[in-house]
Amino acid sequence: MSNPTTRVPSLAGVAARAGQPAVDQPPKIEADRLNFFYGDSRALQDISVRIQPNVVTAFIGPSGCGKSTFLRTLNRMNDIIPGTRVDGRVLIDGTDVYGAGIDVVALRQRVGMVFQKSNPFPKSIFENVAYGLRINGLAGSRSDLEGRVEQSLQHAALWDEVKDRLHDSALAMSGGQQQRLCIARALAVQPDILLMDEPASALDPIATQRIEELIYSLKNTYTIVIVTHNMQQAARVSDYTAFFWLGRLVEYDRTDKIFTNPGEKLTEDYVTGRFG
Amino acid sequence: MERAVRHFQEELEALQVRLLEMGGLAEERVRAAIHGLVTRDSGVVEKVLRGDEPINELHIEIDNRCFTLLALHQPMATDLRAIVSAVKINTDLERVGDLAVNIAEAATRYAMHPPVKRLIDIPQMGDIAQAMLHDALDSFVRRDTRLAQQVLDQDDLLDGLKTQVFRELLTYMLHDPGTVEPALDLILISRHLERIGDHATNIAEDVIFMVSARDVRHHPPARS
Repeated sequence: MSNPTTRVPSLAGVAARAGQPAVDQPPKIEADRLNFFYGDSRALQDISVRIQPNVVTAFIGPSGCGKSTFLRTLNRMNDIIPGTRVDGRVLIDGTDVYGAGIDVVALRQRVGMVFQKSNPFPKSIFENVAYGLRINGLAGSRSDLEGRVEQSLQHAALWDEVKDRLHDSALAMSGGQQQRLCIARALAVQPDILLMDEPASALDPIATQRIEELIYSLKNTYTIVIVTHNMQQAARVSDYTAFFWLGRLVEYDRTDKIFTNPGEKLTEDYVTGRFG
Repeated sequence: MERAVRHFQEELEALQVRLLEMGGLAEERVRAAIHGLVTRDSGVVEKVLRGDEPINELHIEIDNRCFTLLALHQPMATDLRAIVSAVKINTDLERVGDLAVNIAEAATRYAMHPPVKRLIDIPQMGDIAQAMLHDALDSFVRRDTRLAQQVLDQDDLLDGLKTQVFRELLTYMLHDPGTVEPALDLILISRHLERIGDHATNIAEDVIFMVSARDVRHHPPARS
């Protein structure tokens, strides 16, 4: 393979898909020549991308391409890995998250995250959602707390299934329910942005479909970035898709464009299953 | 589960609505072309000749919708058959629109001559062709294979009328060579109407395939 050229399309003037906000508004998230190193190894090379608010953006690419690493730079989750280093900028609403004086806890409250494997606390369903509210001092009165827990569970399309057993253990739920609980937990602290790292890869097709539909319904309220190695999932749920390969951003465009007429040969080879 | 498929179903319904809009336009254009022929109203005919653009635009839009739905949602079973059928129905409707133009062109030429005869069979063919088109689209919306089957059964009627028109006009042409040109235009119009019936038949066959996965094309005995 020859060197892929990074192509960050100008989104202005691109006909928006139905229901999509105008693309000329300021980006919610912007990476500017971002490099990331694990020790001496450069895992991300000069990533520049502008992610629009209130749309779903999917990162796709083969294993080891850097898509999860890049996702984790957006709320500084990589900080906890020793020997790593970031070079370049990540702007959220115009503020560099790697800048001086950034409160990482506050950042992660604004930029919530859901992981591949659901990780509920060994507590009740209610407590799982209430936990983040309590530690962030957002709990207020008991009735306020209950209201917020209910609202979060409703946003995560879980309320009807659990409203009669809020005080049962979260660990007794099905895998798909546990993952939606983790989404409810992330939503409870009222983030702007939701990062999802393979949120459905451990789920069966029906639970996966529910998560995908949930993503679709949440995009009016949140900016969602999802990493998936399931290309079909990216095609179904996202408005924009970014294709990563060997730590580079090869192509970033509207999802329908990426999956029907990609601009780069490398993207074409990947989405048609010719490598990866 | 009802919730889970909402997004895709919405897109599928939007596709169906656009296809019906296109069907309505095609049907209306056939009606107008025949009306213009019978009443010798050049204004009506002219409108048919000039008004192909909305159908052509819908033709492209519907194809793009199908293309995107296939690419982004990888539909299976009924959903897959519905989209493949929509692609084919779309082509049939666009052809019906073109045939309406062909009828309008022949009507324009026909109006330059004195009438060969009082038109009876051709308007009747027009009514049947429109009804077939209408029923075929109705069967598509209602997923009604019985109605689709009725459309298939009507096609023979249209073919019979076309033969009758031809034979009758042949006698006029033999009797008076001055009628050859306008009579040929009427024969062409009857041929176009018969083709419109064929497109309605294609649509009905697609509906049967979409609903029941039965392929009834090229098997006349299976129609009974």
